[in-house]
Amino acid sequence: MIDSRKEKLSAVGPWLRREASETSSLYDGEQFGLYDRRFEHDACGVGFVCDIKGRKSHDIIQKGIEVLRRLSHRGAVGADPKTGDGAGILIQIPDEFLRKECAKLKISLPEFGNYGVGLVFLPQDDKERKFCLDAFEKIIKQEKEKLLGFREIEVDSSIIGKTAQNTQPKISQIFIEKSENVKKGLDFERKLYLIRKQVENIICASTIRQKDFFYITNISSQTLIYKGLLMPDQVDGFFPELKDESLTSSLCLVHSRYSTNTFPTWDLAQPFRYLAHNGEINTLRGNINWMQAREGLLKSIFFNKDIEKLKPVIVPGGSDSAVIDNVFELLFLSGRSLSHVMSMLIPSAWEQNKELNSELKNFYKYHVCFMEPWDGPAAIAFTDGTNIGAVLDRNGLRPCRYIVTKDDFVVMASEVGVLDIEPKNIKLSGRLNPGKMFYIDTKKGRIIGDDEIKKELSAKKPYGKWLKENLVSLDDVKGVKIKEKQLKDTLTLLKAFGYSKEDLKMIISPMVQNSQEPIGSMGNDTPLAVLSKNPQLLYSYFKQLFAQVTNPAIDPIREEIVMTLESFVGSQKNILEETDKHCHKLYVKNPILENRELEKIKKIKQKGFKAKVISILFKVDDKKDFRRRLDEICKEAELAIKDGYSFIILSDKGVASEMAALPALLAAGTIHQYLVKKALRTQIGIILETAEPREVHHFALLFGYGVDCINPYLSYDAIEYLISTQGGSAFGGKEKELDLDYKTAIKNYRKALSKGILKILSKMGISTLHSYRGAQVFEAIGIANEVIEKSFSGTPSRIGGVGFVEIEKETLLRHSEAFPKNKNLETPYLAIGGLYQWKKGGEFHLWNPETIASLQDAVRKNNYSKFKEFSNLINDQSNNPTTLRSLLKFSAKGETSPQSGGKKIIPIPLDQVEPKESIFKRFATGAMSFGSISKGAHETLALAMNKIGAKSNTGEGGEDPARFIQLPNGDSLRSAIKQVASGRFGVTTNYLVNADELQIKIAQGAKPGEGGQLPGHKVSEIIARTRYTTPGVTLISPPPHHDIYSIEDLAQLIFDLKNVNPKARISVKLVSEIGVGTVAAGVAKGHADMILISGGDGGTGASPLSSIKHAGLPWELGISETHQTLVLNDLRSRVRLQTDGQMRTGRDVAIAAILGAEEYGFCTAALIIMGCVMLRHCHLNNCSVGVATQDEILQKRFLGRPDYVINYFNFVVQELREIMASLGVRNINEMIGNTELLEVNKQIIPWKAKNIDYSRILYKPEVDKAVGKYCMISQDHAIDNVLDKKLIEFSKDALESAVTVNAEFKINNTNRTTGAMLSGEVCKRFGEDALPEGTINFKFKGVAGQSFGAFLAKGINFELEGQANDYVGKGISGGKIIIYPDKKTDYDSSNNVIIGNTCFYGAIKGEAYIKGVAGERFCIRNSGLLTVVEGVGDHGCEYMTGGRVIILGETGRNFGAGMSGGIAYIYDEDKNFASRCNLEMVELDKPNELDRDTLHNLIFNHYKYTKSTKAKFILDNFKQELKKFIKVMPLEYKRILEAREQEEKLGLGEPSDG
Amino acid sequence: MGDIRGFIKIKRAQVTYRPVCERIKDYKEVFVLRPETTSQEQGSRCMDCGTPFCHWACPVGNYIPEWNDAVFRKNWEKAFNLLSATNPLPEITGRVCPALCEYSCVLGINDEAITIRENELSVVEHAFKNNLIKAHPPKIRTKKKVAVIGSGPAGLSVATTLNKFGHNVVVFEKDDKVGGILRYGIPDFKLEKYVLDRRIKIYEREGIKFVTNTNVGADYSVKKLLKEFDAVCLAGGSRVPRDFPPKADPPQAENIEDRNLDGIHFAMDYLIQSNKRVRGIKFSADKLIDAKGKRVVVIGGGDTGADCVGTANRQGASCVVQIEIMPKPPECRTENFPWPKYPLILKTSTSHEEGAERKWSILTKKFVGDKQVRAILCVRVDSAMKEIKGSEFEIEADLVILALGFIGPEYNGLIKEIETHCNASLLDARGNVKTDSNYQTSVKKVFSAGDMHRGQSLVVWAIYEGIEAAKNINKFLRG
Repeated sequence: MIDSRKEKLSAVGPWLRREASETSSLYDGEQFGLYDRRFEHDACGVGFVCDIKGRKSHDIIQKGIEVLRRLSHRGAVGADPKTGDGAGILIQIPDEFLRKECAKLKISLPEFGNYGVGLVFLPQDDKERKFCLDAFEKIIKQEKEKLLGFREIEVDSSIIGKTAQNTQPKISQIFIEKSENVKKGLDFERKLYLIRKQVENIICASTIRQKDFFYITNISSQTLIYKGLLMPDQVDGFFPELKDESLTSSLCLVHSRYSTNTFPTWDLAQPFRYLAHNGEINTLRGNINWMQAREGLLKSIFFNKDIEKLKPVIVPGGSDSAVIDNVFELLFLSGRSLSHVMSMLIPSAWEQNKELNSELKNFYKYHVCFMEPWDGPAAIAFTDGTNIGAVLDRNGLRPCRYIVTKDDFVVMASEVGVLDIEPKNIKLSGRLNPGKMFYIDTKKGRIIGDDEIKKELSAKKPYGKWLKENLVSLDDVKGVKIKEKQLKDTLTLLKAFGYSKEDLKMIISPMVQNSQEPIGSMGNDTPLAVLSKNPQLLYSYFKQLFAQVTNPAIDPIREEIVMTLESFVGSQKNILEETDKHCHKLYVKNPILENRELEKIKKIKQKGFKAKVISILFKVDDKKDFRRRLDEICKEAELAIKDGYSFIILSDKGVASEMAALPALLAAGTIHQYLVKKALRTQIGIILETAEPREVHHFALLFGYGVDCINPYLSYDAIEYLISTQGGSAFGGKEKELDLDYKTAIKNYRKALSKGILKILSKMGISTLHSYRGAQVFEAIGIANEVIEKSFSGTPSRIGGVGFVEIEKETLLRHSEAFPKNKNLETPYLAIGGLYQWKKGGEFHLWNPETIASLQDAVRKNNYSKFKEFSNLINDQSNNPTTLRSLLKFSAKGETSPQSGGKKIIPIPLDQVEPKESIFKRFATGAMSFGSISKGAHETLALAMNKIGAKSNTGEGGEDPARFIQLPNGDSLRSAIKQVASGRFGVTTNYLVNADELQIKIAQGAKPGEGGQLPGHKVSEIIARTRYTTPGVTLISPPPHHDIYSIEDLAQLIFDLKNVNPKARISVKLVSEIGVGTVAAGVAKGHADMILISGGDGGTGASPLSSIKHAGLPWELGISETHQTLVLNDLRSRVRLQTDGQMRTGRDVAIAAILGAEEYGFCTAALIIMGCVMLRHCHLNNCSVGVATQDEILQKRFLGRPDYVINYFNFVVQELREIMASLGVRNINEMIGNTELLEVNKQIIPWKAKNIDYSRILYKPEVDKAVGKYCMISQDHAIDNVLDKKLIEFSKDALESAVTVNAEFKINNTNRTTGAMLSGEVCKRFGEDALPEGTINFKFKGVAGQSFGAFLAKGINFELEGQANDYVGKGISGGKIIIYPDKKTDYDSSNNVIIGNTCFYGAIKGEAYIKGVAGERFCIRNSGLLTVVEGVGDHGCEYMTGGRVIILGETGRNFGAGMSGGIAYIYDEDKNFASRCNLEMVELDKPNELDRDTLHNLIFNHYKYTKSTKAKFILDNFKQELKKFIKVMPLEYKRILEAREQEEKLGLGEPSDG
Repeated sequence: MGDIRGFIKIKRAQVTYRPVCERIKDYKEVFVLRPETTSQEQGSRCMDCGTPFCHWACPVGNYIPEWNDAVFRKNWEKAFNLLSATNPLPEITGRVCPALCEYSCVLGINDEAITIRENELSVVEHAFKNNLIKAHPPKIRTKKKVAVIGSGPAGLSVATTLNKFGHNVVVFEKDDKVGGILRYGIPDFKLEKYVLDRRIKIYEREGIKFVTNTNVGADYSVKKLLKEFDAVCLAGGSRVPRDFPPKADPPQAENIEDRNLDGIHFAMDYLIQSNKRVRGIKFSADKLIDAKGKRVVVIGGGDTGADCVGTANRQGASCVVQIEIMPKPPECRTENFPWPKYPLILKTSTSHEEGAERKWSILTKKFVGDKQVRAILCVRVDSAMKEIKGSEFEIEADLVILALGFIGPEYNGLIKEIETHCNASLLDARGNVKTDSNYQTSVKKVFSAGDMHRGQSLVVWAIYEGIEAAKNINKFLRG
């Protein structure tokens, strides 16, 4: 959840040194530094209980509260252990109870339905409270209804935390009587809505000081909400009346919140008026803008003129959940049904779903014409008091399990096991599928299936007919001939728009040749756009945002089925109505238009469409024209709307010596913002005809700031140029650069762009361009506020920077390159570029020949003065400021700064500074996998770091167990830090046990939000062995961890890892971006011991060039924001912070420390020390110095030595200590966060950046003395009383002497990660494989919590009678898991869900037999598990690389996506499997002889262990049933197995699998 | 990068020279221009480094990886255009440059560098052969006139660069032909003069005026020069040779006896004459310096000395000895010259292969002879260049060539004239023409580039200075 509030903020925690009354200024100034509340996130537990028949009881409420309580491990606590993040319940109006209570107050209630009631949060201040109450009175009167009175609610504040107490509002209940002229039911609800909105607006506009206390939960005649800043188990204690037996309801919706930080917010507790949400809306900014843009058109027969009173529809400052509730409310009360509204806002992935019928597709297609999807992980439960339901996002990224009992009771929640249900009473155990709805009508007394709902919805209106008649496909628009183009001016134009040789060579050519975005390596070491001496395109000032922790990135390749670029362009109609004209739009399949497509739109006349061209050129010689033109085009666009145009085409054609083009992004952004503010934006399509964009990042930005379609004509011309004989002349020859025909070239280019754009969307977890458009998921760095306000409103830009004047100047500089005053200076070539490779006269690089050579020389000679030569080249960037830190300097001797409270800087002798040995402990090398770097390089680093007491990092890709053993001379090659990344390659129990630190990599600097791929040809024998896969089989790392879709999931993984290896500290690696501080706060609350904030510049491995350059922010911003946020939340003292990303010198370290980091990571520098000379060829496996290659010949060229590494770290520490001495600092902890030691070096700020502002980076939170500024206490991991302690006790004999043990235990959903700690013990004592199979045999009964059997080691067998939640058998390393339903149940196991999502993720080996259906992503990234299950959800066996999976039932969609190894066998009874399988990497076969044996053996085991009737049936009729099996065989794997078979026949190899 | 595995598959091809017995009989270039296919193959070894150290080491910043790739792909025209974008005289550097780039080649770290110089030569010779090199006079002429004094590598670069900007350039050369050190300093067997002539022809067609046989300052007054031209660039080289001072009274340590004996000549005098003789100019016997049948000693171990060795052998010397006061350099890089630095290592030139005895750590004590030199008396020195007692010995010599380097530009003449005329001082402490970072001397419209400004150095540095000075002159002329 993203908190979009700006103005509104309630009081703050007690640790902040300020009075509550002052808190309204919290947002006014800069006093909160980099922390920005807009980027708070939360994830939650959501659930409901309901009596299908509508029978009311108090029991239902009690059960709801019980559900809440049992979900509490999904919530979190902050610094104040008794203050939760918010919890609440929603019930039907408890008429009997209210009547009783009102009677006491002499309020006489009319009959049920004729009065509205709701809780109101009011100011503590009497006068201000009265002001609020008066507002109610006034508005109710105005609306001609009757205020019956207020009832003060009794609350028990003693049980809640101090923070919550300090900010607690007065809570009253309001009663309003319905008048004669309003009808009961919805009509009355509308009236109450009108009243509430108006009161809210009055208070919002008022000047009362305690405005933030005011909040109306809900006023309704149907539902009642109790909520507050509570912990889940405080709800009924805080509101004692909830315990009153006369309080009854037939449904109860509950919600508990887990926020990333702990700024107390009573009003953000859920449920909201109609819904409660678990997840996050990624596209929120866009959704809000679009809703605002739509307000101008709102009309409703239900509200008539009153509609104005409802505006703004979205209350400023709400969370994403609150915002979607606002919109939901409006749409529902304007006449649509609950299910209709929900299907509109959160549609399923219909675009490419072959299984949907055309009516339903038409329904979705019609609605997407005027409502963009609210995209993001979401499980939303909703109710109007009579109907209750839940919906899941299209990706199914949140868990949602339900149980229906035989006596018509339903419980639905994020987990199963939240209520104890008598097994034999269970009628159905299910889960919500992606994009599906679960719906109960208590009036009708039945569950209405998704199919029935959707069928009803799609039959409501003749959507199909409407679409046919009104929606025009661009493909069907008549073509027009376009004139032959002259290429002779192309070169001039290319120069005018700043194309360099590199753009053509490194960007466009690879796209044209391979239909792929270009790949590069070794991070970014060039100046920030705002510091660069070369004129920069505006695009370079923006960085892509990406999902980390609080929402997952998605895989745009393997999960393509949920993604689309389809666009519906043109003017929208009033969203409160449905007419045929609503789908009068232009349908564009690919919004990157070809030239002829644009011509079609220009000339379009079909069905009343017309297009207007607006030129975005300005006069070069007129100094005012740049700004003037920017305003004029807005006016022209507005006029076009008035004149009834459907599209405006912004065009920069016609650039000449006297006319230059406004930056397209600036022009489009300005118009978009202008029209949004005028509520006109939805009435016109914005199409760009522009020379400017060439790379993926440019296009993404244009779409992200509101453009509908783009025709990049100059990049097309550039391609034509490259393939023509004139093409070479841009480079200086006549030869064709590329040998391709135009059509193919353009096709490839557009394909590469489309893929790239989808990838950028997916990084944010956004699936459709439709919802990405205008979502503004970027952060600007180096742009002044004036520009942001006008053109990119709402975009974070934290250090200010270039204004319109500078942007204009840069534009003109480029222009003059193309049209020089002196004709003799016209060069026949493009500029060199030098952005991706170092070039003389090109862009500056910090890693350049001088710095590389001097560093290598220094470490080889162990010569500190030579190192100083190097570090001076890096530290003194006065001639070429590159990084944010380059503009900083240390405060000078004797100086005082305003922040230091008059303390002077007095240098101390060097020997008083803490010794180097203690500082070494703070150093680490970055995560570079063995695979990305060579064996020699990997082991050299490990050895060196171990020698000096620092840490090296395995990276993603496992580690050879041989390295865990110390060498005879005492050296060790074992990496202290073991990384756990999304691919889970080589993450065995043994690996985890052999670590000092376990690092969860959420993102990496070079390509945050993206996955990776190690192509099969690079997977050598040894790489395969350390990764537990098959040589030659491609290895894919998914973009997200599939067990982390939200913050509470991360807490779960931390818990898992801590259980396996309680001694290891757990760290979480994040990448700097706006909001990383709040994410880090959540991570700290999830009990990470250390948080690593990586800078976006870092990165050694291969990544798309656009990600290296344009994603992720500098660590200076990230570490400062994180430090500041954690201090403000009083979480800093329980977590250590590390930072990395192009760290090079002692000065870098000192700055990192001062900005808040305790530890420091080095990557690129370490490689250079070992011989890297920045070839930037890592992705080619071709490193000529043997550092980043697996090539045997090249590995021999490796010349790195541990001594060099050690020398380097000695130098860095020496320099650091010298700086510390000069600053009078004795130890590092003294420096952390002490920003008074730094100041901006104003002398060296380049012209463009003269308005740059570092005050937010250097902000030092003013907090109580007791608040720690660095890590002082350790986290409470709550592993002391886990079930495993008991298991270990019972395993004593097994652990000590490998004697077989058997035992039985009860289990429930709060018993999480069962088996992991035990497995850790086993591995510690026996190593990987030494405990014989079946030594430890434990049986469990009940509903297991998450991660049951995670990392289960060999020798352990787990049997579970009951059910389990998500992540069963995650990382299982040889154990055996058997799960079957409670023996007392009588439902058909093969139709009921028994285990949750993402089970056996990253399984290494072992066996599992599951009698029942599993959730989504079963056996994802399985390396070697053998398993039988009776059905799975979507994305089964995704990314699998080995093992055998047998599915005796249905599978969901997208089966086998990215599956490169292993074999799956599907029992395809209904013959519908083929259409659900992703055939990109696999083929479908009939089982052969060998398969037959495998099938028989495993199914036999399944029967033996679980008594599955289905297994029995198949075994009994094996010959017959065998025919129904389909074998899913990865193509690559098949080839390798065949080759191996051949080898075996020849006696060459040994058989192995994974 | 055409073939990413190229550097693993292909080894460095060594330069091919004509056999010693053949080449020693003539003055034609000693190397064999290699087939284009070899260069293509060698071009594939280039790795297109993310940080191209070759490009960094090259003073003029040649786009080496780019044209290596073009060569590999047989895109010769592209290669040539890329090459000539940074280097106005690639056919010269392709022949005589010591190739700093190759010493910085990344492949040189653990393998053998790419044959960059030869690839360069292939490119430019391909271009000449296929008429790709044509005169491109500027589109527009400015009204500004610039005089360039000296037509060596620096002067030529200044001239062509300024001409491309559209200025009117006149190059003054005091000798009878254009080329300076390129024409008379470097023997034909390293750089045949047609190479120079074909380039000059193009320059002329592009509009540069060459005035030879004109010693500005003497034949052409400074007053006139400064009046007629909007800017002047001094690029007269560093021609004053270092000498053993003649015996003085009282004697000083470094003085040497009998310096004035006959048969002792400066290298430049020897080479200039030889080069002119190769061109067909006859010299009278009294002026003739000829090694035929003589025992030749070349003092000085540098490139000029090597050129003298080659020349002496071609003239038919009975034996050639080259001595050097410095110790013998190592054959490989030492710690003091780590990659990518240009190392001080033993360089064996083609002239040495043709027969010469080389001796290091030898100090010349005195010349022995009556009128005509007969021998030189030497002594061995230690690493600190201290004489080793009792190690004196004699080398017999009929002809002694002094190749001891150059100390600076000639002061008398032009420089002195300008100083007098403008009442300014032009030189720095070392005797070179002093400029600011814009190549501008203390006299506003007078600039300087090349050895005259920098001191004795490489051709490629002279070219670099020429280009840079021209850019600054252009700025100056445009105000």
